Amino acid sequence: MIHEGIGNWGHLFVIVSFVSALAAAIGYFFTTKTQLQTNNNTSDLSTWRLFSRLNFGIHAISVLGVIYCLYTIISNHYFEYHYAWSHSSKDLPWYYMISCFWEGQEGSFLLWIFWHVLLGLVLIKVNKTWEAPLLTIFCLVQAFLTSMILGAVLPVLDLKIGSSPFILLKDFMGDIPVYKANPNYVPEDGTGLNLLLQNYWMVIHPPTLFLGFAATLVPFSYVIAGLWFKKYKEWVQPALPWALFAALVLGTGILMGGYWAYETLNFGGYWNWDPVENAVYVPWLILVASIHTMISYKNSQSALKASVILVITTFLLILYSTYLTRSGVLGESSVHSFTDLGLKNQLFIYLAAFSLLSLYLVIKSWKYIPGTQKEVSTYSREFWIFIGVTVLCLAAFQVILPTSIPFINSIIRDLGFESNMAPPADQAVFYSSWQIWFAMLIAFLSGIGQFFWWKKMDKQKLFSSLVIPVIVSLLISTLVILAIDLLKFDKTISGEPDYIFNKIKYILLWTLSIFSIISNGKVFLSLVKSNVKLTGGAVTHMGMALMLLGVLFSSGYSRVISLNQSGLIFSKDADNAFNTENILLWRGEPTPMSDYILTYKGSRFEVKGFPGYADAKDLFVTEDELKALALKDLVADGKTYFTKGDTVEVHPENTYFEVEYTKNDSSENFSLFPRIQSNESMGKVVSPDIRRFATKDFYTHITSFLDEDKREWSDPEEFKAKIGDTLFINDFIVILNSVNKETDIPGMQFGPNDGAITAHFTLLGKNKTYELYPKYIFKIGYDHLGKEEVLLGHMPEILPELGLQVDFVHIDPQTETFTFTQSTTQKDFIILKVVEKPLINLLWIGTIILVIGMAIAIYRRYSDFVKNRDTVANI
Amino acid sequence: MKISHILIIIIIAVTIGVIVSTAGNASEYVSFDDAFELAEDGNSKKVHVVGKLKKSPDGEIVGMLYNPALDPNYFVFTLADNKGLEKQVVYYNPKPQDFDKSEQVVVIGAVRNNTFVADEILLKCPSKYQENEIQL
Repeated sequence: MIHEGIGNWGHLFVIVSFVSALAAAIGYFFTTKTQLQTNNNTSDLSTWRLFSRLNFGIHAISVLGVIYCLYTIISNHYFEYHYAWSHSSKDLPWYYMISCFWEGQEGSFLLWIFWHVLLGLVLIKVNKTWEAPLLTIFCLVQAFLTSMILGAVLPVLDLKIGSSPFILLKDFMGDIPVYKANPNYVPEDGTGLNLLLQNYWMVIHPPTLFLGFAATLVPFSYVIAGLWFKKYKEWVQPALPWALFAALVLGTGILMGGYWAYETLNFGGYWNWDPVENAVYVPWLILVASIHTMISYKNSQSALKASVILVITTFLLILYSTYLTRSGVLGESSVHSFTDLGLKNQLFIYLAAFSLLSLYLVIKSWKYIPGTQKEVSTYSREFWIFIGVTVLCLAAFQVILPTSIPFINSIIRDLGFESNMAPPADQAVFYSSWQIWFAMLIAFLSGIGQFFWWKKMDKQKLFSSLVIPVIVSLLISTLVILAIDLLKFDKTISGEPDYIFNKIKYILLWTLSIFSIISNGKVFLSLVKSNVKLTGGAVTHMGMALMLLGVLFSSGYSRVISLNQSGLIFSKDADNAFNTENILLWRGEPTPMSDYILTYKGSRFEVKGFPGYADAKDLFVTEDELKALALKDLVADGKTYFTKGDTVEVHPENTYFEVEYTKNDSSENFSLFPRIQSNESMGKVVSPDIRRFATKDFYTHITSFLDEDKREWSDPEEFKAKIGDTLFINDFIVILNSVNKETDIPGMQFGPNDGAITAHFTLLGKNKTYELYPKYIFKIGYDHLGKEEVLLGHMPEILPELGLQVDFVHIDPQTETFTFTQSTTQKDFIILKVVEKPLINLLWIGTIILVIGMAIAIYRRYSDFVKNRDTVANI
Repeated sequence: MKISHILIIIIIAVTIGVIVSTAGNASEYVSFDDAFELAEDGNSKKVHVVGKLKKSPDGEIVGMLYNPALDPNYFVFTLADNKGLEKQVVYYNPKPQDFDKSEQVVVIGAVRNNTFVADEILLKCPSKYQENEIQL
């Protein structure tokens, strides 16, 4: 059955939300005009204002309506809708239904739209004076965004506007045979949520990121409103807490994404300088720069023009990154693949409209914006803030320029020229080699800036307040450099020419970050006694310096420890010497690696209701791929969770490879379970498993493995045996202990005369003995004439560790001789890469401290705003 | 000279530096011919080469060698670039999963000692389901 109603409602709500956003934008525009003409700053309830609020109310309700309809379609599995079919499936728990909602572009636009509605309502509540101009901008943005999901075709121009999430599958697919046969065909199940996104971080990362995106609209609206209202200065105070809020949320969102990547992808880290990551990192940097100029303006009336430009740039960069990621321009150069919905032109118009609008307003008001009059002194805080902001902007420019190469290419090609430019080959090396210098400057400036911040400085005072932090930090960093030997000469990469140079850079960054922590710590201690509210800056900067240290150690001092020590090298090429970073582990064969002995123990599945992982060998995956039969009792820590023959829930697309680590001195023993996922849309996806120590992470991932489906067996060789015989199979000693009848085999229905004959072999391997149970199965069945016939089958025993298979093929009751076959294949193995990442915890701890610091700053700036608003209102 | 002037000069210098380094580090999509020419000129810059795997008439990949038991960090295969020129490519890493299934391969690297050495391999695989197909 096709549920057409809900989709029609949804589509209607989209149209209403678009029209009401436009109406509200126009309404608020005229409200602002009257407010300007009458010079009336108070919140009168003119007809225009009522009209606008009514429309914004309708807009809010219809947006909720759209969300309700789309969520209903997804959660009720209405697979006649393309969105539900392509983004969800029946087996997903409810919290992944939420992820399905924003897996597609349309859903993520909706999420963004939703946050704007919420923020718009908050603004109406807290700032009535600015409501009209602010909401004009908001509603205009909303009109653009809702148009992206409009899915309407302009009749005359034959122009498609937006892509509707409520399109039916049959309309999407067009003329395909299925619908010719049955126009009401509804697929049984959807194609599911990309398995990589089935992760708790992916439930909260997108909403956080989009809240961050949405929040940058608030300071942008304030500055535009200020220029329009001719309140060239007054916009700063109310915009500042919002800019801080946006930086906090956006920063958290970016790091959540990084953390997800660290846990799930095989980048080898939390940051890959992927274009999509860069596209949000750059606006964040500019946003942080704008916060500094705004604070500088609040304190000393300088840098207002810079604030105007930076706040506007932040928002435009968000639009630019939206354009880059959703227009298909980035194409193959990114792991984040939004399918191209043909919105390229529409997104470009959105970006261009706001760029031109801002440019017009800025040019028009430029001469009215108060500038900084006198030359700033080197001993003033404005000077140091200005330097810091410049560094942040240059850092942003350095990232956005190479990231834009695909965009530049597309423009050059649109103009009819040819362009072969590609992004830098070694992205990580290229970006890091620049960003580390910016990081050093930022660490230094954030340390020194705090002193200028709280006191009027001159040469004398500067010297006296700096002397202690400088000495202390030099002392600490020198001691640590010597103690843990940061200069240690690492033989594996010492051949690189930049080696010494890199080490010097690392040591500089280390020392400067320590300096930043010490001096901010000193400022923190002096402020915390008098007023905790003022400590936001110091705490934030300490968090940032800790993050820099975490990045420095986890990346700069990361070390591949899975070096191939077998001594076997295929080719003797010169540069092959460095390329031994992967180690091969034969199944069941302990192999030395660094200070550990590694043993690959076999493949594992996750079983619902069972702690840890179950041996894949003990499970038989049924035709319904999410169910498996237990071939043995599933026991963990002495407790039996499932008994033989039970049906259990599994996710067989995820295979975990158990690797046991034993320290050479036996002081440590643990197992890691790196994962390979057979991802429908992305092929085989590798996920690491991470062993977390306080001071380092062991990051383990599979770089290659033997695919069971691709195993090729040798031709079976027959051999005969009697009970008690000892034989040689493939150079192993094998004893046939017994042959017994069995009737309890999971997944098999046996009648009274049916059964299985199980042979029991013991095989003496190199490291251990193996028990083999090949089975010979007989069942009484009936042929098509109703005549009784015996059905025979066999279940071979496979030993992947030895690459050996033994099958039970014949029984001779007269002579009590049994016939078996054996065949061989490649022994099971995995290839592993293990990277040690020291002190990565500093990055996570630093992030938390940074968030706390920003929260303190938001609290302070917001209470300033409230105080000011209420005093002004009372006059 | 005021401090602000010095600062402006520094800012301009860094900006130019960024632009120059971006242009200098930007890689290029080239053919094997160009890649070998670059190497002959002593230019070790890494380039992108787009191509397809060499296959026999019955669809088997030919000219590929990977023996993990001997050396897990050595993989060699034959790639035909967009102009049809076939060259051996060496990759000092394990063979990527799904390599056999890929339709198009992008290798990023440079010619060293007369062989193309790939530092990175990007695969374009056909997805299991196409957006315009329904599996019944």
